[in-house]
Amino acid sequence: MTPLDKTKPAANQRPKLPQELNILSVLIGVAIIFEILGWVIKGQSFLINPQRLTIMILQVSVIGIIAVGVTQVIITGGIDLSSGSVVAMTAMIAMSFAQVGTYARAVYPELTDLPVIVPVAVGLGVGLFAGMINGFLIAKTGIPPFIATLGMMVTARGIAKWYTEGQPVSFPSDDFAAIGDGVWPVVIFLGVALIFHFGLKYTRYGKFTYAIGANPQAARVSGINVQSHIIKVYAVAGLLAGLAGLVTAARAETAQAGMGMMYELDAIAAAVIGGTSLAGGRGRIFGTVIGTIILGLMMSGFTFLRVDAYYQEIVKGGIIVAAVVTDVYRQKKRAKAS
Amino acid sequence: MLSSKTSKAVKAYKENLTETVLEITGIRKEFPGVVALDDVQFRLQKGTVHALMGENGAGKSTLMKIIAGIYTPDKGTIRLRGDEIRFLSPLDALEHGIAMIHQELALMPFMTVAENIWIRREPQNALGIIDHKKMAAQTQELFDRLRILIDPLTEVRFLTVAQRQMVEIAKAVSYESDVLIMDEPTSALTETEVEHLFEIIRELKAHGIGIVYITHKMNELFEIADEFSVFRDGTYVGTHASSEVSRDDIIRMMVGREVTDMFPKIEANIGAPIMEVEGLTLDGVFKDISFQLREGEIIGMAGLVGSGRSNVAETLFGVTPATSGKIKISDQEIVIDSPGKAMAQGMAFLTEDRKETGCFLPLSVRENMQIAALKESYSRYGIVDQQSINKLCVEMETALRIKTPDLDERIENLSGGNQQKALIARWLLTKPRILILDEPTRGIDVGAKAEIHRLVSQLASEGVAIIMISSELPEVLGMSDRIMVMHEGHMTGILDRKDANQVKIMELAAR
Repeated sequence: MTPLDKTKPAANQRPKLPQELNILSVLIGVAIIFEILGWVIKGQSFLINPQRLTIMILQVSVIGIIAVGVTQVIITGGIDLSSGSVVAMTAMIAMSFAQVGTYARAVYPELTDLPVIVPVAVGLGVGLFAGMINGFLIAKTGIPPFIATLGMMVTARGIAKWYTEGQPVSFPSDDFAAIGDGVWPVVIFLGVALIFHFGLKYTRYGKFTYAIGANPQAARVSGINVQSHIIKVYAVAGLLAGLAGLVTAARAETAQAGMGMMYELDAIAAAVIGGTSLAGGRGRIFGTVIGTIILGLMMSGFTFLRVDAYYQEIVKGGIIVAAVVTDVYRQKKRAKAS
Repeated sequence: MLSSKTSKAVKAYKENLTETVLEITGIRKEFPGVVALDDVQFRLQKGTVHALMGENGAGKSTLMKIIAGIYTPDKGTIRLRGDEIRFLSPLDALEHGIAMIHQELALMPFMTVAENIWIRREPQNALGIIDHKKMAAQTQELFDRLRILIDPLTEVRFLTVAQRQMVEIAKAVSYESDVLIMDEPTSALTETEVEHLFEIIRELKAHGIGIVYITHKMNELFEIADEFSVFRDGTYVGTHASSEVSRDDIIRMMVGREVTDMFPKIEANIGAPIMEVEGLTLDGVFKDISFQLREGEIIGMAGLVGSGRSNVAETLFGVTPATSGKIKISDQEIVIDSPGKAMAQGMAFLTEDRKETGCFLPLSVRENMQIAALKESYSRYGIVDQQSINKLCVEMETALRIKTPDLDERIENLSGGNQQKALIARWLLTKPRILILDEPTRGIDVGAKAEIHRLVSQLASEGVAIIMISSELPEVLGMSDRIMVMHEGHMTGILDRKDANQVKIMELAAR
């Protein structure tokens, strides 16, 4: 029943509020809670400490880069569980092309001191390739995204371990290490977020992504090549996971097969807290950025208050579920109102 | 003079008629910012079918949901068999003998028919183990009474839509309901299935069950309903016996004005052939379809549901590519194996099912309108030229009289007619040369129907070639230059406008 065309609901006569207002208020709320607790428990400010805030954003930049890719995957109605493992795989492989010649036990002793573009291209290529395989499996064989990317999650982690038989890869060139230096990870994260925020809004790629998530059959009948677009979306997600792998390795100046463990779940959580609907068709990068910052704020805040890591995880789990419950509730209210 | 026996029967019938099961008065229901129903009344007699009529948005569904306990009214009283009552949930209503058969059927596909019917009420032994044998027997008994021929042990997923509906009805009856609500039950049924449904409805009436029946189809009203109530803009207009009124009377009551010309056919100059189809075949679905479509021509496609009409349209548009046959467009043979290929040839296809293959429900009206046009134009290096396409969207909104608070409203909040107009706008933005319309006016109200007819006529007069599939014969007859009739996957004839009439079409369609 849609009485809309008869009487305009009052809600629509008010000026429109940005959709992210809910999530933004959650962010502010979390910040204020930590600020108050800071004064009460430790007698000092939580927020007025630029160093702490910088470290906080640095900590979640890698998650943020992955979350951007995952957000667009979730908008198509899919999921990507492989990103954390792809981070490890690209970190290992890229690092093996970034080692300095003075290091005696390089993976490829004859391929040392290469220009930085080589490990970067290799890393992005590996990520892209992994994403394309995900997309191809999903689009062409029709298996659920959950299964396809679960397979990639296990396989990529295996490759990361197999590559050097479990040994870490270290001693990168200064140029490569510079990628992770200072605030570069934050710049890369925000740059990627900006590109995709506008990309999803103003390009055909973005419009098709939303359309496929909203109704794949209708998208097909509207002339969209759904299969090839799905492959593109997963490939982009893989590419961004690869980028995250580069940043992680560069920052740590070493690569290990255990890197990026559970990053995929943090990334999915950031997207979902930011208002992306797992049902597809709805979500924004801006929300994901805020979601990422909320995760960082909580991590940093608990550390500041010296709360045990165990409690941190328990609370984090609760917050993720609460975010989705709120979203579902809001959707229901909307549906009832119309 | 009547024999005493007949007059007794008449008297009994009249007594039966005057027994009110359900009476509703002064109902008001508000949603945030909107009054959906205001001072509405409704009365259902035992053993009768009472139809609810009205345009989309008139308040029928809201009223129905109030009766079924899904909504609680803000004001007003509901009396069931004379007692005032207030339902707290659909389950509550069900336990009081009011059952609703949903448009989107709510059965569990991987469970058997019997399990579906008796869910929550399975016959058990002392240990709480379910007695499947007894359950099957109970179901069979129920089906015998209603003359339903379905094996109680089949899993629901193997049933047709019509059979699932029968199961839903049987389930409702199994609750000993005396009020049954049916929301457009025939919208997905073939003609024979409709006949069967009507038989069951008559059977239910004979058992004294009162039926609330929502429909957009006028002929059903006259065939099955005893009385009907009309609603307009959330208010009650009136109740009449369906034998007392004519079709035009009802339309006038629903619209509140005269709809003078339902089929405003503009004479178009029919030009050169634009599309030639030869021996088009999709194995197992339809066979050997050949016809020629010219610029400015409207070909109507008639035939029963399931005759393959929609399949032909889908094949022409590349949704399900043909297994053999030729399609020539502007004298050039084209292999159309995807909708993208069809669109590159200037084709557009409004699908039959707005929800399944049409609307992007969570997206805005604007995004819904733009999507198909972006494929070919309005973007440069992949970046969408928002400004020029937005301007066209606004023009479409005005030209098609799409009623929406603004273009950023989610399309799921629009009425069926306005959704349909937005989807038509989607295809018009691609500037098609060939437009295929599958049931363009299904489930939309009379006023919007006439507007869509006018628009289609106008497009043809501008040289667009149109194929229009419709189950409503008056629509096909009123709009088409030629009428192609299908029966069981074969084309049984093409009639010229001047030779066509309902009888001839039905002869070809039903054989």
